[in-house]
Amino acid sequence: MNAVQDRLRSYGPWALLPVALIALGALYPQYGESLGDLWLVGDFIPSVNSMVIMIVFTMMAVGLNMVVGYAGLLDLGYVAFYAAGAYTAAWFASQQFDQWTFHFGSVGISEEVPGIHLSLWLVLIIAGIFTALAGILIGLPTLRLRGDYLAIVTLGFGEIIPQVVRNGDNVFGFDLTHGTFGISPIDSPGFGSIGESLGLPLSYQQSFERAQWFYWTALALLLVTIFCSVRLRDSRLGRAWIAIREDETAAAAMGIPLMRTKTWAYAIGAFFGGVAGAFYASFKSGAFPADFYFNISVFLLCMVILGGMGSIWGVVLGGMILGYLNVEGLATIGSEVQGLPAPGGFLWDDWDWFEPTKFQFGIYGVIIVLMMLLRPEGLIPERRHKIELELGVADTPFYDTQHEAADTDREPKND
Amino acid sequence: MAASALMDTFDRLRKSSVTALVGYALLGLVGVWLVGNFVQDPREFIQVGLIGLTTGLIFGLVALGYTLVYGILQLINFAHGDVFALSGLVASTMIVSWLGLERDASVLAILGGMLLTLIVIMALFAVVNTTIEFVAYRRLRRAPRLAALITAVGMSFIVQNISLAMYDVNVRSVPSFIPRSEAFALGGISVSWNKLAIVVITLPVLALLTWFVTSTKQGKAMRAVAQDTEASAMMGINVNRTISVTFAIAGALAGAAAIVYLLQFNMRYDTGFELGLIAFTAAVLGGIGNLSGAVLGALVIGFVQAFNEGLTWYTPGSDWTRSIVFGILIAILVFRPEGLLGERTPEGA
Repeated sequence: MNAVQDRLRSYGPWALLPVALIALGALYPQYGESLGDLWLVGDFIPSVNSMVIMIVFTMMAVGLNMVVGYAGLLDLGYVAFYAAGAYTAAWFASQQFDQWTFHFGSVGISEEVPGIHLSLWLVLIIAGIFTALAGILIGLPTLRLRGDYLAIVTLGFGEIIPQVVRNGDNVFGFDLTHGTFGISPIDSPGFGSIGESLGLPLSYQQSFERAQWFYWTALALLLVTIFCSVRLRDSRLGRAWIAIREDETAAAAMGIPLMRTKTWAYAIGAFFGGVAGAFYASFKSGAFPADFYFNISVFLLCMVILGGMGSIWGVVLGGMILGYLNVEGLATIGSEVQGLPAPGGFLWDDWDWFEPTKFQFGIYGVIIVLMMLLRPEGLIPERRHKIELELGVADTPFYDTQHEAADTDREPKND
Repeated sequence: MAASALMDTFDRLRKSSVTALVGYALLGLVGVWLVGNFVQDPREFIQVGLIGLTTGLIFGLVALGYTLVYGILQLINFAHGDVFALSGLVASTMIVSWLGLERDASVLAILGGMLLTLIVIMALFAVVNTTIEFVAYRRLRRAPRLAALITAVGMSFIVQNISLAMYDVNVRSVPSFIPRSEAFALGGISVSWNKLAIVVITLPVLALLTWFVTSTKQGKAMRAVAQDTEASAMMGINVNRTISVTFAIAGALAGAAAIVYLLQFNMRYDTGFELGLIAFTAAVLGGIGNLSGAVLGALVIGFVQAFNEGLTWYTPGSDWTRSIVFGILIAILVFRPEGLLGERTPEGA
């Protein structure tokens, strides 16, 4: 406890900033709506529902940051984990498997409803564990590969899994994923009748304040993710990740088991992606194969890069900014600009060409390239990563595809 | 922990010959499947194989672009597939709107127009690709490799959205002025004109590329830079110019591939993304950095795709093509990471 106090003291008044931010965030449903009446900026204030989506994507970005930012493993298929989480929620909290009827802690639905219905709190954990296992399975054969090969293999998994989901309505006669229709509706979280007596909603879906309960839950999940992320970064495992990111050969020489450490990065990163995916599926009350495509992976990567690889607060900031642009911002900007008078004359007579939502991925592409060229350390840089970018590191990895794994006395490669 | 135990098991598996056995077993299954299909209907088998050959050649032209750039910069140029799509869209405009080629135009006009389009598009996209390298990748040459790779992903989205801005989401095609009718038949197997055209255009381009890389001074410089950048700089090779030339060649190949692709298929702004991934898989399959490997890998992928979509005996069908292609990619990286023709070094053409 003393150590914590010392650390807090060393931050001085800045230690209050996160507390203030959390308080401000938690009260958002109370004042968010009235902000909409503000002059000029009022139209740009996101609704509580949009905030839920922003927070869920930020949570995934924080999870991805553990893989990309801490361990330096470029994962271009994070959407696979999101999909795995969403479908786990769909399997364990919907009428998908109506040949069985099994209820455990489900809220807001009658006991006679067929299908597997577990308490959604339990489902979140199951989704996390299932996705972490999926991460390990994907990681085991691929994590030996050199960085760019790893990127392309994860991309491959990110492409395979949506297709498997889409075609999974007839796995040897068994309807696993309900094909292109997706699975819907999915149960919502809630506190059951015990919670109800304490003034908490029985089921979010049936509550009058659905949005704000989902919002608070999302915020709590995000805070837990951030907390785990901070603690992991400072843990033995996290320091091993950063060591691997900075110099794989040196890390291995110091006795860090490369494969195991990298696989943990994958598993833990996947865990949070799975929880976020399951929660989002419950919020949307559905899991649809069309939601899981490559662009989502790049979108999440863009959040990490914008904020600063390895920097938790940076990633949260980047995630909220891009999440906002994705959910509401670009559409609002588009309609606001289209409401302006056109310059006419030599220039354009109308604003019809101005469609930021249509070109959103182009905009993210521009952000990625500009950040990489101009400020590769991100908006809120992580100190160590910044030094790394400025001084440069020996970037030849220990394991690569050309040299077999057992090749420990590799010659330094001078490129 | 279960996870650790799993990892240990995997470590042991990898070091033993079990992996190799599994690999050969998989290959054997594919062999059985192919032979089974051949026995079912030999004529159909060869007909489908021809489709595979032509798509494989198109993949090959794109895959060469990936492998050339990777050989010299160790960079997966994600934007390459989108450059391919953009060049195809521009080519369709050129053929349809600027040149106004019609289906019933004279043979001479069609041949001349196609040749002109080929030259203009190849030159134009050589410039475009070089510009991309100059703007986005050159400054990152000394940065960590992840930085360049991420930039390439960003560039891919930018180029794709340029296509989207120019051509919207509409599908583009050119009139089928190269008829799909039978050119000649060999033992009951018919070969159509447009398939023939693909072979007639692709093979000279491949021959030209081989000649360039093996016999010209610039080609030798490319191979030298791929082998050792610093040493070649010390020998007086202009590394920056050599890299620019490599990107120019890759862009020109993408242009040629797009025109050949247009002869058979429609194009859209996002055609390049998926085709680019397939082509990249082909390059890895053949051994990335290896030119003949890229073509061989592309042919294999072309056959796999055609057989999967065209055969009938125990075939997964087109719903699974993407999964199969990426499954091959993952299997290759697990079982034989250096690729079919790859050597133990990534360098060398």
